[in-house]
Amino acid sequence: MELKASMAGSVWKITATHGEAVEEGQDVVILESMKMEIPIIAESSGTIKEMKVAEGDFVNEGDIIAIIE
Amino acid sequence: MINKIVIANRGEIAARVIRTCKQLNIQAVSIYSEADKDAPYVQMADESYLIGPPRVNESYLNIEKIISVAKECKADAIHPGYGFLSESDIFAEKCESEDIIFIGPKSKVIRQMGSKIAARTMMQQAGVPVVPGTEGAVTSAEEAASIAEAIGYPIMLKASAGGGGIGMQMVHSKEELSKAFENNSKRALNFFGDGSMFIEKKVENARHIEIQVLADHYGNAVHLFERECSIQRRNQKVIEEAPSPFISEKTRKNMGDKAIQAVKTLGYTNAGTIEFLVDEQENFYFLEMNTRIQVEHPITEEITGIDIVEKQIQIANGEALDIKQADLHLNGHAIEARIYAEDPITFFPSPGHIHRFEPPEGEKIRNEITVCNNYDVTPFYDPMIGKLIVHGQTRNEAISLLQTALQEYKIEGIKTNLPMLLSIMKHQAFRSGNTTTNFVETNYLTQLNKK
Repeated sequence: MELKASMAGSVWKITATHGEAVEEGQDVVILESMKMEIPIIAESSGTIKEMKVAEGDFVNEGDIIAIIE
Repeated sequence: MINKIVIANRGEIAARVIRTCKQLNIQAVSIYSEADKDAPYVQMADESYLIGPPRVNESYLNIEKIISVAKECKADAIHPGYGFLSESDIFAEKCESEDIIFIGPKSKVIRQMGSKIAARTMMQQAGVPVVPGTEGAVTSAEEAASIAEAIGYPIMLKASAGGGGIGMQMVHSKEELSKAFENNSKRALNFFGDGSMFIEKKVENARHIEIQVLADHYGNAVHLFERECSIQRRNQKVIEEAPSPFISEKTRKNMGDKAIQAVKTLGYTNAGTIEFLVDEQENFYFLEMNTRIQVEHPITEEITGIDIVEKQIQIANGEALDIKQADLHLNGHAIEARIYAEDPITFFPSPGHIHRFEPPEGEKIRNEITVCNNYDVTPFYDPMIGKLIVHGQTRNEAISLLQTALQEYKIEGIKTNLPMLLSIMKHQAFRSGNTTTNFVETNYLTQLNKK
């Protein structure tokens, strides 16, 4: 499953690592947009197969942040 | 003599300062980041300089770069606006050492007011009431109990070394206190390595009311009455009004007098704002001092007829204040609504492309705007895209003017808080002046949940 950015912003913190098991609702990445921190949460439980972004990256709305299986 | 000003800011406040510069026949220079190259304020200036990439550290917070622009264009002064470097004592000091006039107070005063503890101590020395509480750390539950008794419940128990709400609790009674003290002190020790606590009176049903001041370099100071800014979300103001619908004439005078006293004790110069918490009995307590122009300054301009930016420039230019307290009178009622690019329910930001932007127009309507038609709102800066200000003869007239203006406001392409602002204008609690700092939680969000 592709986890997408809900809005444009920069990647402030990555809170889950490659291969890590995440639960539904868990923060995967925290974006910073317009001086606010916005958590991007896992929509379902699974394992992080691929992390597509690094801290400091800029993402647009709809960009893929991670792939969770 | 100030002939040319660099505005070290962006958006609506840069546009606002440029407007006054033009009236005073002063050359206005704007700076902009790559993200702001199409911003309306850039076009308004007499000269504009690209200062770097979008991120604030590389652009609007880049002191070296901004100073070098000021030198390159031979500016006499820098207006810092609000936010960014406006309350940086380092930036002000740099201007002082480079012989560029910083349009604001001296760096030393900015530094003093920037420290919560120093500011509190200085205000007490100036005879300004602060929230009652302990000066030093409290280390035992017994000591805490006797202090709480003297201050009166409810109190806030806070970890001396704390932050982020850890080790913080509101306590209503003596019975609650000993356990609360132990728990929080233990948590504070675990988290911060220091279990000492301090105690502050909890100001219940508080209102946020602030006094605008102006002071020149010759010891003259006036206040421009108060603004009430109790309607906030995420601790940021959303709606402000002047005068306050709550305080009596006696309290207004008393708060103004105390503000002047503070300004004179501090040796404060230029425009500034002293923020207070006001309780239900109209007791007021110093919160903090903002040593710059504020976002909500237009409502004060509307009810006093004073151009605050003009006064800032005159004071910075070494002129004596040409107004006296006795000349100042309240005229009518003004309300400002901040327009944010954000979801009106979750308050999450909503950057994106605005394909239609039509602000309302009218004799009693004033717009201060960051964006325009066909404009990209970027995620790099704060979400405020405009301010809508109305001025009526009475509060009721101002509310109905704002309500109509909000209904006419057209912004398409991104989410904005316009629906929230409109719902507040229609709310009985707002209309009756029942505006405390918990308004959004108590009235707006609960109303949404019912729907």
